[in-house]
Amino acid sequence: MHNFDFKKPSSVTELTAMMTSYGRDARLLAGGTDLIVGMRSGNLRPAVVIDAKKIPTMVEIQLEKDGLTLGAATSCRRIWENRQVADIYPALIDSASLIGGTSIQGRASIGGNLCNASPSADSVPTLIVMRAVATIVSSRGTRTLPVKDFCLGPRKNVLADDELLLQLHFPPPPKHSGGAFNRFIPRNEMDIAVVNAAAEVELDSSHTRFVDVRIAIGAVAPTPLFVSEAGNAIKNKPVNRKTIDHAGDVAMACAKPISDLRGTADQRRDLTRIMTIRALERAVRRAGGTVTDD
Amino acid sequence: MTDYTTRITTVINGQEETFFCEPRESLLEILRDRLQLTGTKEGCNDGNCGACTVILDGVSVNSCCVLGVEAENASIETIEGLADGDMLHPLQQAFIRETALQCGYCTPGLLMAAKDLLAHEPLPSNERIRLWLANNLCRCTGYTRIIKAVAQAAKELHQKP
Repeated sequence: MHNFDFKKPSSVTELTAMMTSYGRDARLLAGGTDLIVGMRSGNLRPAVVIDAKKIPTMVEIQLEKDGLTLGAATSCRRIWENRQVADIYPALIDSASLIGGTSIQGRASIGGNLCNASPSADSVPTLIVMRAVATIVSSRGTRTLPVKDFCLGPRKNVLADDELLLQLHFPPPPKHSGGAFNRFIPRNEMDIAVVNAAAEVELDSSHTRFVDVRIAIGAVAPTPLFVSEAGNAIKNKPVNRKTIDHAGDVAMACAKPISDLRGTADQRRDLTRIMTIRALERAVRRAGGTVTDD
Repeated sequence: MTDYTTRITTVINGQEETFFCEPRESLLEILRDRLQLTGTKEGCNDGNCGACTVILDGVSVNSCCVLGVEAENASIETIEGLADGDMLHPLQQAFIRETALQCGYCTPGLLMAAKDLLAHEPLPSNERIRLWLANNLCRCTGYTRIIKAVAQAAKELHQKP
């Protein structure tokens, strides 16, 4: 591995000052599961590596009345180990507990997964349907942005050279709502999604009609996709097989997959439909509903 | 020429250890090459195989994907600290009893990952053990005996007063 300077700022102010002075020569270190591997392979050669984990805001889990706030460097394991978070935001746990394996999850951070901007990132569709908002800081100030607008292309995100992702905020889930994430891989664990999908549904008080539906799909376009068409297509429709299948069809039509070593474009289109349907089924169950056959 | 060397103090298997390292050195390299704790193995060196698994501040991690400089003030458990003197840990005993190894290269990593599991979930199901150890590859055993050994050790540890 090339040599580099290692910095450990203890406050956000110190960190943003470093980002301003080093700019694109610096890389932020959270879990290191992308950065350290990338540096060892020679793909990434930052002159300065800045460890963000000593800054409390970067690793805090705050569950309050106005929702959940996660420091961007919070590890996946600390998220899925948190029972309260698991009860209220189960879709987040679906994602956090299947990125890599246990010892990857002990390090890999939720913010890192987003900043890495992989089209197949397993947390991003979930963050999108949960309406997560990214807090972005630099020494110039703070701005917020919905996660659905964060990724620009493979390995490309909206952050300027002096900016960093500080936190992710999730609003409280509405009543009668549920969320879920799933993915297809050719084996059971430790693989990269061929296709993944997340859904969050809000049902009426009788749990028989969709009030609001959000669906996001991954590994089928240059970025994870928020497919509002698919969710809107089944708003106010009855919770049944036909409705859910229709959302699957619409999501499939929105996918723009490529063929690569993990799967063909045709297979990915088909999987988009199936993963969307399965995410919706589980989300409906978690919202207290039942998918009927009529 | 820039001198990147840093002095790092950690606790390894209950003993305070100080070492000097460059930021580019992984915790795995520090353990093996500077501290001669060669029980921790290097496999893929990119976080896929789990041979280098150690417990860092109570959480199992791939030590190849941790920088040595990140270990400042951390508590690290390696395979060298698993046995109590000559008395093997129940996990080690179960691995021997069940022949849960052949070449043994993956064993230190598997044992540390399993120790972390049992510290948090004392009686995991076989499915849970499989899921937890998915980060640890073994090319010899086919895993069945490993799962059995971990389940046995769990029972034994659970029954201990």
